[in-house]
Amino acid sequence: MQIYLPIAEVSVNAFLLLGLGGIVGLLSGLFGVGGGFLITPLLFFIGIPPSVAVATGANQVVASSVSGVLAQFKRKAVDVPMGVVLLLGGILGSALGIWVFNRLTKLGQIDLVVQLAYVLFLGSIGLLMLQEAVRAIRRARRPGARAHVKRHQHNWVHKLPLKMKFRASGLYISVIPPALVGMAVGVLAAIMGVGGGFIMVPAMIYLLGMPTKVVIGTSLFQILFVSAFTTLMHAITNQSVDVMLALLLIIGGVIGAQVGSQLGGRLKAEQLRILLALLVIAVAAKLGLDLLIRPAELFSLFAGARG
Amino acid sequence: MIRLLALLALLFALPAEAGPEEVVAGLSRDNIGITAAFNGSEVLIYGAVKRDAPEPGGAPLAVIVTLEGPAHPVTVRRKSRAFGIWVNTDKVRVAAAPSYYAVATTGPVAEILSPETDVTQRITVPLAVRAFAGPIEVTDARPFTEALLRIREEEGVYSLDEGAVRLVEDTLFRADFRLPANLTEGDYKTRIFLLRDGKVVDRYQTAIYVRRVGLERWLYILSRQHAAIYGAMSLALAVFAGWAAAALFRLIRS
Repeated sequence: MQIYLPIAEVSVNAFLLLGLGGIVGLLSGLFGVGGGFLITPLLFFIGIPPSVAVATGANQVVASSVSGVLAQFKRKAVDVPMGVVLLLGGILGSALGIWVFNRLTKLGQIDLVVQLAYVLFLGSIGLLMLQEAVRAIRRARRPGARAHVKRHQHNWVHKLPLKMKFRASGLYISVIPPALVGMAVGVLAAIMGVGGGFIMVPAMIYLLGMPTKVVIGTSLFQILFVSAFTTLMHAITNQSVDVMLALLLIIGGVIGAQVGSQLGGRLKAEQLRILLALLVIAVAAKLGLDLLIRPAELFSLFAGARG
Repeated sequence: MIRLLALLALLFALPAEAGPEEVVAGLSRDNIGITAAFNGSEVLIYGAVKRDAPEPGGAPLAVIVTLEGPAHPVTVRRKSRAFGIWVNTDKVRVAAAPSYYAVATTGPVAEILSPETDVTQRITVPLAVRAFAGPIEVTDARPFTEALLRIREEEGVYSLDEGAVRLVEDTLFRADFRLPANLTEGDYKTRIFLLRDGKVVDRYQTAIYVRRVGLERWLYILSRQHAAIYGAMSLALAVFAGWAAAALFRLIRS
């Protein structure tokens, strides 16, 4: 069934969009990532104009994270104070990121920077996560050996001022590191047009030392508000949110998110991390190859006066 | 009303210095509404050759019909290899390229249309793309315009169909166009050329109005004129859908 999208000005198969939303929602529920890093390139691929894809992707992320956050709240897996600190950093970072984005657009190399950022960040995070998860599984398989938890390591992070108790995470740390993590994610999220969960989840585990059980809920909490902010900004400044496209992606996405969070409760944390790592590496590898291999068509068209 | 306007347009379109042969033409539809279920549209352009005198001998009669969508500026970028990766390095800005351009003829263009007439009337596909915008930054702009035509032809929005116009008894003709699903809103210029010996004997011009209708139109206008409300609506929809799905699944589980 074909459907004409009023803002994107293209006609697309409705079931394709439902399926796409479903896959992304599934990942969102499973891993606590918004799925923006997947939905935006996938929308490009089916012929949605890039500006519409980025803005509408943000709207879809709102829906799937609401769904996911509610499911996580039920399981008491959201650290609200931590989420708020990350969010404040995130909004600041997002504003900074939009400024950087506009500078790069003026220089005419935004596409390249976005692609390189994807390859660099997705690639290195994916490899790190894979290595870590494989090591954890090996440790678990060796009988007698016990995984040593490094979480309560004392280093310079613990000497910073403005300490705060994060009960759900079982942490007593300064608010500066989480605010900085939120801000860094905000900058990258604005430049790369994604929610940023794939960067935030490992940062929360490895940098802040948060327990895996609250990481997903808390990152979804932050992503929900940052992507709502982004959607509104895109709708007002670029008029590039396609509500018809969003609706189809959302219907698929919310169902996927629920199924994903059910599945996530049953899978082991290490298995989840290996799956997410493989997915992230696959996307990075695809984008990296696109840069290295001579494209079949050297020319590309951009409608509109700018660009 | 629209029919009346079309009729008026038809009357005014008749050239003052009417020659021995004139085109009288009509469209199967002069406006196309883009609804949510819009999946392309068929347009039939038909007409007849009106003569005051018997048909002149010599060169055979030929008909060319063109259909042209609204034009927009386009930037054509070329990738080349730098530091081992493929990046956009050069660009050419085209001031106006139609979003859709289809040419249908009674026979091979090379036989029925002289190059001079083609240039003055801008009939064939390459001539539909207008001049460059701003200073040209590359030494040879031709590969860029060729790429523009090639990519749009592959997408099916630019086409030349030789022999698609059927001419019966040198008097009646018809041409069928299939407009694609990803149509841009605007006026689609329709031109009919009557040719003999490569030269235009008579021409006729009209337009097909392509507009969004119903929900599509309402959403589009809301997004442009009340962007904040539109944005808030999109968000509310997303939040509601997310909550509803969570509530529904909770219900199913319990």
